[in-house]
Amino acid sequence: MATSFFQARAPAKKKSGKEKENVVNPSLQPWVEKYRPETIDDVSSQEHIVSVLRKTLSSSNLPHMLFYGPPGTGKTSTILALARQLFGPDNFRSRVLELNASDERGISIVREKVKNFARQTPRAEAVASDGKKYPCPPYKIIILDEADSMTQDAQAALRRIMENYARITRFCLVCNYVTRIIEPLASRCSKFRFKPLDSSSARQRLEHIALAEKVPVNEDVISALVSTSSGDLRRAVTYLQSAARLSAATEPPSAILPQDIQEIAGVVPDAIIRKLAQTLGVDVTLIGGRDGDVEMGDAASLTVEPDLRGFDLIRETVRSLIREGYSASQVLSQWLKAHSQLHDVIVEHPTLTGRQKSACALVMAEADKALCDGADEELWILEVALRVHKAVTS
Amino acid sequence: MLWVDDYRPKTLDGLHYHVGLSQRLKSLAASGDFPHMLFYGPSGAGKKTRIAATLNELFGSGVERIDQRVFLTPSRKKLDVNVVQSNYHIELTPSEVGNYDRVVIQEIIKEIAQTQQVDVSAKHRFKVVVINEADSLSRDAQAALRRTMEKYMSNLRIILCANSTSRLIAPIKSRCLLIRVAAPNHEEMLTVLNHVAKRAGAGSLPEDRADEIISDANGNMRKAILVFEAMKMQSPDLSSSLAIAKPDWETYCYKVGDMIIQEQTPQRVMEVRTKLYELLSHCIPPTIILKTIADRVVQKVDESLKADIMHWAAIYENRMRIGNKKIYHLEAWVVKVMSLYKQFFLGIELGDFDDFI
Ligand SMILES: Nc1ncnc2c1ncn2[C@@H]1O[C@H](COP(=O)(O)OP(=O)(O)OP(=O)(O)O)[C@@H](O)[C@H]1O
Ligand SMILES: Nc1ncnc2c1ncn2[C@@H]1O[C@H](COP(=O)(O)OP(=O)(O)O)[C@@H](O)[C@H]1O
Ligand SMILES: [Mg+2]
Ligand SMILES: [Mg+2]
Repeated sequence: MATSFFQARAPAKKKSGKEKENVVNPSLQPWVEKYRPETIDDVSSQEHIVSVLRKTLSSSNLPHMLFYGPPGTGKTSTILALARQLFGPDNFRSRVLELNASDERGISIVREKVKNFARQTPRAEAVASDGKKYPCPPYKIIILDEADSMTQDAQAALRRIMENYARITRFCLVCNYVTRIIEPLASRCSKFRFKPLDSSSARQRLEHIALAEKVPVNEDVISALVSTSSGDLRRAVTYLQSAARLSAATEPPSAILPQDIQEIAGVVPDAIIRKLAQTLGVDVTLIGGRDGDVEMGDAASLTVEPDLRGFDLIRETVRSLIREGYSASQVLSQWLKAHSQLHDVIVEHPTLTGRQKSACALVMAEADKALCDGADEELWILEVALRVHKAVTS
Repeated sequence: MLWVDDYRPKTLDGLHYHVGLSQRLKSLAASGDFPHMLFYGPSGAGKKTRIAATLNELFGSGVERIDQRVFLTPSRKKLDVNVVQSNYHIELTPSEVGNYDRVVIQEIIKEIAQTQQVDVSAKHRFKVVVINEADSLSRDAQAALRRTMEKYMSNLRIILCANSTSRLIAPIKSRCLLIRVAAPNHEEMLTVLNHVAKRAGAGSLPEDRADEIISDANGNMRKAILVFEAMKMQSPDLSSSLAIAKPDWETYCYKVGDMIIQEQTPQRVMEVRTKLYELLSHCIPPTIILKTIADRVVQKVDESLKADIMHWAAIYENRMRIGNKKIYHLEAWVVKVMSLYKQFFLGIELGDFDDFI
């Protein structure tokens, strides 16, 4: 009865079987996949890159390329779309090799798999079964997605391959952090920087998807999506789909509210940040913001015994923040970045001195570094809280 | 078996608190387009319980087995990993194998992605991989999940369980539905404790005992139930106070805190070191040791010293993570605290002296 987790599944049949398996019922597909750009012209916001690439469609000339930029800005989508437009579905398999960080890409694989593919003479063009005409230039493309997770050695091994087979094989390296690509590789490529999506492009794309999926969303919800995803369109689309799922899942189905987006995005509610600021001795009533007073409704989840004072009060407040599950980096980045949150609360504060403000900024920077190193969250939020308290009350 | 395991709710309906969240998970499980998910929140808030209940909702109660699986690194090193699995899911903690976690992730995902559900009676086409302690995954292991999470959506769902989202890379977070599991509040914990008391036939739990247990647990439901059970064992009529039910290591840490306050000499540093070694050798995580001792110390010192003591705790905890030898940094912190404490008293004496002249 209790067959093993793995034995319970037959190995998928090669090719033909696999093709079928990847056909997903579109209503169950994640929207990020469903609305992945089909052609390079569907790619929003990266006009410059698209215009350069469009030329390669007609010239049959393509340099080695390096795409870099923050997550969810269209890098993988762009290269996949370009490859599809160059070769069409029938030649895609024989002309394009896609490797990403989930594939083993150590030096041995680079020497074998990548090299083998790179040296093959491109197969003759198969007749397109969809009746369309594709440029199908006489080279293959190797896409190394998430290339920043390749080891230095593996990257070094790529150098020769790139040069030796340049006539018949073009490489496209895709990564977030261009500095993790070794210089000799980077210098062999034309570099394309993908920028975070500007808010009007992101807004347009989201409205398009919402309309196609028949999800009623208003202006405020779209704004919440745009502001919480900071230029990462995949994040915005995932949030939108999650919110749509959850709102459909409540009984009876309810409309999506901006607060729902904030909760899904793990944003700490404004009221809680303000309550925290107030506990630390920052006079929140002095700041013009969206609303002057702390709304006690939301902040009520920070339960602290009323008779605490000084150190104990601050520590209890920090603990209750941790108990609520908010992540330290989120709290900090909201302190640092987002509007009307603590950093701004402090930076824009009318009565704090420059000295006080810089003391606060300093500790936030230190904490950010410590958290990146994996330091304990409670200790560091407490550290920030205590030092801000000291700065503003001295 | 322990009460925490015996009386752990098995279904979403059986879960005690965050009822709204349970409802939503239920509807999601019913909807068919179940997303990848990331459950996060403090320890003992009930994340694992909730994940197990969600799986139960998705697939019904399956037969679970505990297995040990062996993975091979490219250099042919063997890695043993404990897994819990059923026909529908597999649960593992890749961080068990430290920096080789990427290998485990790659292998598991490949196996599942390349096989198909043949059990026609299965409610869903996908299997679920539950990854515990996801916030300890190396960057490489996280990177290995990225594109896979997009590519194999038809066969595979990932559920990540973590204390915080801080250490997860943005591309992973942007592929998941984030589920925040806050710790239960005082009343919610009280309800669970009373429920456990009833089920365990432990009689009723006096209110002041319950208060003690709950304030001590700081939102950690597991800790509260463990302490409650220990208390019941030690004093069946629940008449004696919390102290007897506290775990040994905690009492031990408090003792170390007291030693630091009593005397600040090189001799005392040596004595404290021996105790720290003792704690480490019992596998108490160094961060917990540091935080627990610091808790005790700040209970005992003047208000004006507290912030400094916590400041150095934060600094040395961070160094401890980066460095190799935990004991050095623990000890350095102890010395720092002793010197702060001593200076403080000297300061008072000197201050008095100033006044005098
Ligand atoms: N510029 C864009 N135009 C249209 N859709 C986009 C764009 N950028 C991202 N998207 C949407 O986000 C999804 C993810 O994009 P993509 O995989 O190209 O990101 P990426 O830049 O490769 O990110 P990562 O660095 O995380 O791999 C796409 O499927 C698409 O739905
Ligand atoms: N919703 C709940 N209702 C009742 N008891 C719970 C609930 N959540 C957790 N518990 C109890 O607390 C214990 C710890 O929960 P667990 O899920 O292991 O926490 P986490 O995974 O967040 O560390 C469980 O064994 C169970 O006994
Ligand atoms: Mg990508
Ligand atoms: Mg991608």
